[in-house]
Amino acid sequence: MTIAVTKLRVEDKLFQNRYLVDPGRPHIKVRPHERPSANLLALTHVCPAKCYEVNDKGQVEITADGCMECGTCRVLCEPSGEIEWNYPRGGFGVLFKFG
Amino acid sequence: MIAEEFDAIVIGAGMSGNAAAYTLATHGLKVLQLERGEYPGSKNVQGAIMYANMLEKIIPDFRDDAPLERHLVEQRLWVMDDTSHTGIHYRSDDFNEAKPNRYTIIRAQFDKWFSRKVREAGATVLCETTATELVRDANGKVIGVRTDRAGGVLYADVVVLAEGVSGLLGTRAGLREMPKPETVALAVKEMHFLPEEVIEQRFGVKGDEGCVIEAVGTISRGMAGLGFLYTNKESISLGIGCLVSDFTAAMESPYALLDAFKNHPSIRPLIAGSEVKEYAAHLIPEGGHKAIPKLFGDGWVVVGDAAQLNNAVHREGSNLAMTSGRIAAEAIVHVKRRNDPMIRRNLTLYKAMLDKSFVVKDLRKYKDMPALLHTNSSNFFTTYPRLISQAAQNFMRVDGTPKIEKEKATTAAFIKARSRWGLVSDALRLAFAWR
Repeated sequence: MTIAVTKLRVEDKLFQNRYLVDPGRPHIKVRPHERPSANLLALTHVCPAKCYEVNDKGQVEITADGCMECGTCRVLCEPSGEIEWNYPRGGFGVLFKFG
Repeated sequence: MIAEEFDAIVIGAGMSGNAAAYTLATHGLKVLQLERGEYPGSKNVQGAIMYANMLEKIIPDFRDDAPLERHLVEQRLWVMDDTSHTGIHYRSDDFNEAKPNRYTIIRAQFDKWFSRKVREAGATVLCETTATELVRDANGKVIGVRTDRAGGVLYADVVVLAEGVSGLLGTRAGLREMPKPETVALAVKEMHFLPEEVIEQRFGVKGDEGCVIEAVGTISRGMAGLGFLYTNKESISLGIGCLVSDFTAAMESPYALLDAFKNHPSIRPLIAGSEVKEYAAHLIPEGGHKAIPKLFGDGWVVVGDAAQLNNAVHREGSNLAMTSGRIAAEAIVHVKRRNDPMIRRNLTLYKAMLDKSFVVKDLRKYKDMPALLHTNSSNFFTTYPRLISQAAQNFMRVDGTPKIEKEKATTAAFIKARSRWGLVSDALRLAFAWR
């Protein structure tokens, strides 16, 4: 196999994809918090692009650049107001070649 | 910006949106379709299998120029544990018919083609435009949409919400609820490229013939989920999906699940040597009949994934999407021809027509299935697959143990794992949910 599956990182997977990043305009934001909720914390595992990570203060941060716009985080954390969710501006974001 | 008013605005250029826009335009309505992607298909993800009959009802001669990968002659259903698969295969030369029934497709290519047909039919398609808000009049009737482009509101008599599973407009306007973690599955998929002849050799197909593998079992680690492998012309679509609620409770990562699936000894040889060219993720509506929202209102209808019109049991989605888009458009055309306003009372025709179609009939048939699989996932996706593998191996392995003892051991294993009552109860619940 051409891929080393054991040490494969999701970043390497995302590298295959085509994105048009909208600089300075992230389409998803995490609301400032002291301690993340269970759902917000779960996103650090469940987000398929690994956009969510825990920082050294124990808070969840997002880097939306690799986002595939699936909506999983929206389903889990928009109703509680923990994240602010939008689609990227028209034309920006992930551009699937195959889909 | 376009300052004119339209008969209909269609939000989204996926299967349901294209079906709706095409049908509306061919009936002479003035249609504007908005798509947030750079080109139609650039935001769309599917497995993907396309069912010919439902597209034929919209574009009868689609086979002449639609980008189709392979028509399916073989379907495999695998029940897997960590090292084995027990399979049901169905293959028939009958599927090599003049007008095949099912095809694998690549959505980015297929949607571009479908969108070209929409434009040829006379609709205006505006890409790179995200609709941000529904606009209503003083009575609450939807009269148009606001977009992220400069300029004002785009007006129409009716808005067709074909905005997908995570559509913003309808949920923000309170026309329907957001999907819940237990009513959507998160699926991840990779595109594995291999030479055509390698695919043909590995799957025992020739020419345009194709093969499908769908797999359940320990690959979903006790979560309600499904793995799949679809053969395209010179690539394999390979993915796995589980309910978002299960992913969350288990704190599992979808990419880890996908890599484990790829590494399963039954799957690995099928994709050996492939070049991966894309990794995609998408939500799939799994709530079934009980999750279908209100389908119409004053100045709006909702179709496809946005309306949760997906048959998870049969893994049918795009055909329900296309059919709901077509039917919604036909209902709108009917109301328009009578010169009636696009209000709730008149658009109820859409629901009446959809209720009579296979779309709602099929979803009603399986209305109890999502709840059953959701509450019983570890039994159906781990316990039984392990038992089935043990039983099969016990049956195959010739080791001098008398057959009667082997049979007893197999029965005992089932009873130990689920108890007599548990087995009967699971069987009955499954039978009733299936009925």
